[in-house]
Amino acid sequence: MNEASVLPVESHPGLVLLVFIPLLAAILSVLLDGRAARSTAVVTLAGVFGALWWVSAEVAAASQVRHLLGGWGAPLGIELMADGLSLAMLWLTWVTGLAVSAVAPASFAGRAEVSRLFWPLWLTLWAALNATWLATDLFNLYITLELLTLAAVALAILGGGSAALRAGMRYLLYALLGSLAWLLGVALIYAGHGVLDLHTLGVGLEVGPATWFAAALMSVGLMAKAALWPLHGWLPPAHAGAPAPVSALLSALVVKAAVYLLLRLWWWGLPALTGQGVALAFGVLGAAAMLYGSVLALMQLRVKRIIAYSTIAQLGYLLLVFPLASMAAWQGVLYHALSHGVAKAAMFLAAGNILMVVGHDRLAGLPQAMRARLGPSVAGLVLASVSLMGLPPTGGFIAKWLLLRAAFETGGVVWVSLIVLSGLLAAAYLFRLLAMLLRRPPGGEGDGVPDAHGAASLPVVLSVMPLLLGIVAVLLGFVAAPLLELFLQGAPFVEAAP
Amino acid sequence: MALYTALPLLALMSSLLAAVVIFLLPEAARRWRTLVNVAAAVVKLILVAVMLAGVMQGHEFGFAMMLAPGLELRLQADALSLLFITLSAVLWLFTTVYAIGYLENSPNRGRFFGYFSLCVAATMGVATAGNLFTFFIFYELLTLATYPLVTHRGTPEAMRGGRIYLAYTLAGGAALLAGIILLENAGGSLAFIAGGSVEQLAVDDPALFSIIFWLLIGGIGVKAALVPLHGWLPVAMVAPAPVSALLHAVAVVKAGAFGITRIVFDVFGVQTTDALGLGPVLAALAAVTILYGSVRALAQTDIKRRLAFSTVSQVSYITLGIALAGPVVAVGGLVHLVHQGLMKITLFFCAGNWAETLGIHRIDQLDGVGQRMPWTSAAFTLGALGMIGVPPTAGFISKWYLGTGALQVGHGWVIAVLVASTVLNAAYFLPVLRRLWFAPPSRDWEERLPGTRAETTLALLIPTVIVALLALGAGVLAGLSLSPLGWAELIVLREYAR
Repeated sequence: MNEASVLPVESHPGLVLLVFIPLLAAILSVLLDGRAARSTAVVTLAGVFGALWWVSAEVAAASQVRHLLGGWGAPLGIELMADGLSLAMLWLTWVTGLAVSAVAPASFAGRAEVSRLFWPLWLTLWAALNATWLATDLFNLYITLELLTLAAVALAILGGGSAALRAGMRYLLYALLGSLAWLLGVALIYAGHGVLDLHTLGVGLEVGPATWFAAALMSVGLMAKAALWPLHGWLPPAHAGAPAPVSALLSALVVKAAVYLLLRLWWWGLPALTGQGVALAFGVLGAAAMLYGSVLALMQLRVKRIIAYSTIAQLGYLLLVFPLASMAAWQGVLYHALSHGVAKAAMFLAAGNILMVVGHDRLAGLPQAMRARLGPSVAGLVLASVSLMGLPPTGGFIAKWLLLRAAFETGGVVWVSLIVLSGLLAAAYLFRLLAMLLRRPPGGEGDGVPDAHGAASLPVVLSVMPLLLGIVAVLLGFVAAPLLELFLQGAPFVEAAP
Repeated sequence: MALYTALPLLALMSSLLAAVVIFLLPEAARRWRTLVNVAAAVVKLILVAVMLAGVMQGHEFGFAMMLAPGLELRLQADALSLLFITLSAVLWLFTTVYAIGYLENSPNRGRFFGYFSLCVAATMGVATAGNLFTFFIFYELLTLATYPLVTHRGTPEAMRGGRIYLAYTLAGGAALLAGIILLENAGGSLAFIAGGSVEQLAVDDPALFSIIFWLLIGGIGVKAALVPLHGWLPVAMVAPAPVSALLHAVAVVKAGAFGITRIVFDVFGVQTTDALGLGPVLAALAAVTILYGSVRALAQTDIKRRLAFSTVSQVSYITLGIALAGPVVAVGGLVHLVHQGLMKITLFFCAGNWAETLGIHRIDQLDGVGQRMPWTSAAFTLGALGMIGVPPTAGFISKWYLGTGALQVGHGWVIAVLVASTVLNAAYFLPVLRRLWFAPPSRDWEERLPGTRAETTLALLIPTVIVALLALGAGVLAGLSLSPLGWAELIVLREYAR
């Protein structure tokens, strides 16, 4: 980290584009309506892709790219920074965004009001996400977090209905308290050190009780936003109650933003504090999330609920980088974040299709779903599930392998057992779902109730998107070598000597 | 030339591609599906024949790509791979034809044949894996691809069978994964190298390497149905007959026995296995399994269940031969990999013919069936006599080499096990033969396929007769250098030549 802060400051406008393209599109989409609003999303996708490509090439060469808005550097100005971790999240956001933007028109067809609100909210969310991945200043991060929260809550209640509204209010409460805790922590840090920039903070940090308190406050705030056990209560109703494209965004990206900040805060901002005690504490929290989320996922009776609890469990993996603290663990966690995002998006979109065709998402109704010719959705569900279980040949498998390797290197039988057990639990709750798809439907063959209208009413784009994402989840199992090479630029660990 | 050396990949792709195409074909496209199925099986057979010729001339086949840092997907074809590949490629062709006949008019054939091909692709991967990492990928893929086949009928018993199958195999996979990563972490090489590669390491830390050995063998032993890990095999009998053939002869238990061979021969090496004192323990375990399986088979009244316990017993002959450190006994074990496959697939095809044609599932319904279905019953008789080990059948060759080989390395007790097992085999097969040929027809059956001119559909009968003749030929023509026996001798020569 010390080196990073003395790197010659570069000025790369690509970073600005990554934030401002979606932001401008969001504003435009409020003014425009219908088809025009949709086209702003298309432009955003293209623009962000280009900027992302540009920045990726730079990061691959120089490990870190920065930009000072208006030429003012820290501590006064706003600084944007991209390294491997940022890129991983930016690309995940783009891929998920592409999928969601593609299905949204069909998904919200016939609900003009919802559709009109969706585009500005989603584009705002995108801008906030990209800003979070790039910002380095604790106060700026507060702003992006707040923006992220408001957009996410609004999206979660987009479907309407009193249950969704209640879930949304609960989400808002948790998230706002989380932001508040973060802000308090930031204030304490600023009072104590006079610094807000993550990197500057990391260099000359004097550890006092106030800093510890601030760090704890900020972490608890982030945990509430990331739905890490025991602050997870808001997630299942909110994620399961939202419309499918929104659930995909919330699970794949929004909760990850908080975990991402947790990593940034401790490994970049407060490296001096990130000792064994902190590592163990986060490890235990991660383990609790993994086990608790999995067990509860096993007990759910609805598809979207299973997927939502699975998110709680899968986020726990990301905390394992604290106790395992090695390059292998960092690789594993990073790759897990990517694989999980893609797989989860596939699963929520597939579940949305089931809901749309069958009319409900109760497990017991799934044999019917098969007859309704949901073939591609189910295929996507299967591929994504295999990745979530960490079975080959998928991205999830590569992530699990890397994590297990890290666990063995660190020598902790406990962590090894945890990862293995958690993988088996994931297989258990996901196969519970998949088995339903193979079961012979009650009432004998040939009486295909929802068959005809089901197949006809599902637009092609909705039907194939889960499959496409599922295929991406599998492909991630084959391209890890080049991807990790890029995403490890600027990692807080060094490769262990072989 | 590059295409020539990549033959293992092409052989794998031929099945994988067939799987994808079949999944994409509509359910009603029966002719196309049949065409793709048979064409893929024939193409694969040709590719395997080319490889066989190449390996005999000492050519090397290989393909490698990096999946993640330090993780290499490597396919290669050596003599041992080809023993397994040839068996599975030949049997796959016949099983495909048989399955097409068997599943005439049943629902979900597209799904069935898709997973069927996927299963064979995974088997190819298991057979041609050049290192443990690759082996694990395909070993797990095999589990995933067989699950929908076991549960194909979708009845509550089928779902239960599938659940138990998954519980065993996924837990085994987890143990295998832990063993592999522990091995890698201990500095061992994951590559399969004739004679093993952990000799020095194992001498330095025998305790650790014993743990690794048992994790690996325990994980793979599930599929090889080693007692006490065999529980899934009899339960999986709910699957349709072609799937049983696949489980028992072509793919699954064979993958287990093959894996044990790889671990003993090419990871630990025969000498190291013996030096650590692991060989005799494994042999004892195999002996227990041989006797236990036979005793349990005696008590079964259901034909397929009796055959299943017979498999539990017979597959451990392979493990027994591998575990005792001696060249001749190893030949006996390896050759049984092929012999057991040929004989057992014959028996399962016969059981399927009886069930499909006459609705016969229990042994006491078989009275006088020899008159109604002479060809099928003759095939069954050949298979059963082979299992008992009557000269000059294939089973006799296996037992002869196992017995003389064991004496050679001073394990005289093996003779007692073989004799006991032979007596038990006779005790559970001869009564069946008596009922078939000598009992008066009870006509306790229902004609399910009226109007067929032969004793049953030709698609069922012809594969049955051919595999029975192959089983006979493997014994009678054992003296040829291209016979299974000749090939097994080549493998052992290469292993022991070190």
